[in-house]
Amino acid sequence: MSAITDPPKGGFHLSMLIYDSRYRSMTIQIVTLMLFMLGVAWLINNAAENLARLGKPLSFGFLWEPAGYDINQKLIEYNSQMSNARAALVGLLNTLLVAALGCITATILGVTIGVLRLSNNWLVARLMTVYVETIRNVPVLLWIALTMAAIIHSLPQPKAFRGDNATASMIGDAVAITNRGVYIPKPVLHDGSLIVIGVFLLSIVAMFVFGKWAKAHQAATGQILPTFWIKLGIFFVPAILTFFVMGNPITLEYPALKGFNFKGGFHIRNSLIALWLALSLYTAAFIAEAVRAGIMAVSKGQSEAAAALGLRSSWTMNLIVLPQALRVIMPPMISQFLNLTKNSSLAIAVGYMDITGTLGGITLNQTGREMECILLLMLCYLIISLIVSSVMNWYNNSVKLKER
Amino acid sequence: MTKKVSYVRTEMLPEQTPPLTAAGPIAWMKTNLFSSISNSILTVAAIIALYFILSGLLPWIFHSSWAAGSLNECRDVIKEAYGPDASGACWAVIRERYLQLAYGFYPPFPGGEMNGFAPMEGASLPGYFRPNLTFILMLVALSPILFSALPRKMLWFSAIYPFLGFWLLWGGSVWVPVMAFMGFVLAGLAFQIIGKMFGSLFGVIAAFVVPVLWWIALSGYAADMMQSIVPVGLLPIESSQFGGFMLSIIIGITGIVVSLPIGVVLALGRQSDMVIVKALCVGFIEFIRGVPLITLLFVASVLLQYFLPADVTFDKILRVVIMVTIFAAAYMAEVIRGGLAALPIGQYEAADSLGLDYWKATRLITMPQALKISIPGIVSTFIGLFKDTTLVSVIALMDPIGLTNNIRGDANWNGIVWELFGFVGFVFFVFCFSMSRYSMYLERKLKTGH
Repeated sequence: MSAITDPPKGGFHLSMLIYDSRYRSMTIQIVTLMLFMLGVAWLINNAAENLARLGKPLSFGFLWEPAGYDINQKLIEYNSQMSNARAALVGLLNTLLVAALGCITATILGVTIGVLRLSNNWLVARLMTVYVETIRNVPVLLWIALTMAAIIHSLPQPKAFRGDNATASMIGDAVAITNRGVYIPKPVLHDGSLIVIGVFLLSIVAMFVFGKWAKAHQAATGQILPTFWIKLGIFFVPAILTFFVMGNPITLEYPALKGFNFKGGFHIRNSLIALWLALSLYTAAFIAEAVRAGIMAVSKGQSEAAAALGLRSSWTMNLIVLPQALRVIMPPMISQFLNLTKNSSLAIAVGYMDITGTLGGITLNQTGREMECILLLMLCYLIISLIVSSVMNWYNNSVKLKER
Repeated sequence: MTKKVSYVRTEMLPEQTPPLTAAGPIAWMKTNLFSSISNSILTVAAIIALYFILSGLLPWIFHSSWAAGSLNECRDVIKEAYGPDASGACWAVIRERYLQLAYGFYPPFPGGEMNGFAPMEGASLPGYFRPNLTFILMLVALSPILFSALPRKMLWFSAIYPFLGFWLLWGGSVWVPVMAFMGFVLAGLAFQIIGKMFGSLFGVIAAFVVPVLWWIALSGYAADMMQSIVPVGLLPIESSQFGGFMLSIIIGITGIVVSLPIGVVLALGRQSDMVIVKALCVGFIEFIRGVPLITLLFVASVLLQYFLPADVTFDKILRVVIMVTIFAAAYMAEVIRGGLAALPIGQYEAADSLGLDYWKATRLITMPQALKISIPGIVSTFIGLFKDTTLVSVIALMDPIGLTNNIRGDANWNGIVWELFGFVGFVFFVFCFSMSRYSMYLERKLKTGH
């Protein structure tokens, strides 16, 4: 026996919009939406009026005008006659470059530090704790400025390499580490070099295919192949063989001291190195904490079970603990990668020409188009963030524990 | 029948000390430093690294000079005291400029002409009287929030403090903050009166509408009128004179205090069943989290004025505070959403089965638990926000890092780097490290598990 109340009868009253729970949420949403639209309309109207008053209505034509400034660190062809859009692209590529480099080194450093922090070696664990706490509690801008100052003040100037009583010397006559940056040899491609590169890429593919096959082979027969050495062979041998068969089609251009500076080779600027180093060291401390939390989240029974099976401690870590910890580590790690990418906008403090330095810096100041430049700048970062997070979420889903 | 026993020990022997390898420092070293070959290698490597770092750093820190007028003088003093090869820190720059690093260009004795304001202070008061008093009162206002053992009545002072602190720092007529505070009083009154007359929903609406109308239309006139009747005021200080750690603390603390409630609202919005509200919250949070803070600061410094009517101008520090706050609020929302999602669904169902409505269930059941779970995340967002206040140096505000450039611009201190960065970094470390320790204390205090 249950008491069923009749649905309310009678017509529709205006007050039901507020007091009837069936309609209330709709009312609230519509009012919210209207207020939001009104607010946005008000802001846009203000912006349009103000821009019209200042005589610079919204237009993106300035992007195709010559930029008129040089960029010293560039991945693609660029000179000051090219357009502002091209300058922005150079900046965008620089942002992506430092972000990618930073993510790789920060991951390596962070995982190492996180694992070492849990080491049963008292001294090492304490040292790593001190490192993490020191890095995390000081602003990243300060670390960037500090790294830049360290490079400028403690590395030798190019002139220290000159003369008979030179105080600094190049490493193997190929790499020069100066306070203006690092000079490394640059590969020069001749005829036939494409074949070598093609063979090299193919051998990388072959390496992965072999790895997959070896795994299937082990699963089917139980036979363990010396995969590491075979992979190493596949990686190096075919490319080196074709290199000599084609008659050395790739040569290196070495940097050499000419006048006051080094000429030739690749010049990796000190600003790039400082930013890269500082962002890696900073983010590594956060990744180390994520790794530590992830490893601690794996229950102790797992490593005890591995020990009972007789696995040695490095295998326990690599085969049992890390794969399980990875699921916990991935989400915070993704947000650290995103943070690193966003923090790379602090390049402006060391003069590295990333997209904030080109589009949001010189282009903005020269053209006076604040609105367009900053909107585009935000859009670029937003797109990068969305792409990185969706790729990483896809990966995260693929390693996730498959549950019913 | 007795059996003859050759020997029976009648008393206990004294305990022997354990072997050296099982207890004491040697055993400790064996288990903690040299338990295996790889461990021993690690230990030796760590000792070597530690030696190199400390042997470089310690002499530099302690072979220093505290009394000198310029960098060159510093170097001479150090050479005289510690030998010709010694290179040490020139802490004299901190001794000379610590006030600037702390307060920026804030005048130590605001006074002189009174500009029509009643003389409330003079040279007889100690230097930096106003910022120091504001700082001490801030500690008083924060203490009942941070430590629950203190009397709850102190929270009333915490509620008044933002207005008092604003008036002490920026000066001007006392009636401006008083009238701004009146807005909140009116909101409370409107909620009470209209809520009683027409129902709580209208009360809430009135509590939003009435103070906004008051601030836009009336509070300015009321403040002017009261100032002409009872002139009470302090000498106004320009925002451009603010700087140093004072600026970091102003931006940081305001951002921290305001971003938490906004973050709670955004997190609730994101968890809500209402599609439009949810979409707006998600869009806002993802947009803010997708762009670097520096672009938002650009917006604050050059773009915000475009979006406001031509005759409305905002103070630069206020603009920055707004941007930093909404930046932190978006991150806070995600942290709190994590806490809400981590609650067992039974908690929500239990609240429903008790017949609590949405706001009561949120306020009494789910939100307190969610906030407790997310304390570590909330505090690390706070720490991040406080560290991010240094970015304002990019838009030419004089925060400590901006001031280091300024000090280097002085001919006497040209070329000084490590001392300034070291000092600024140390102060930030002290602030942030104590915040993280406080969060650990809070976690322990609120822990209810076994």
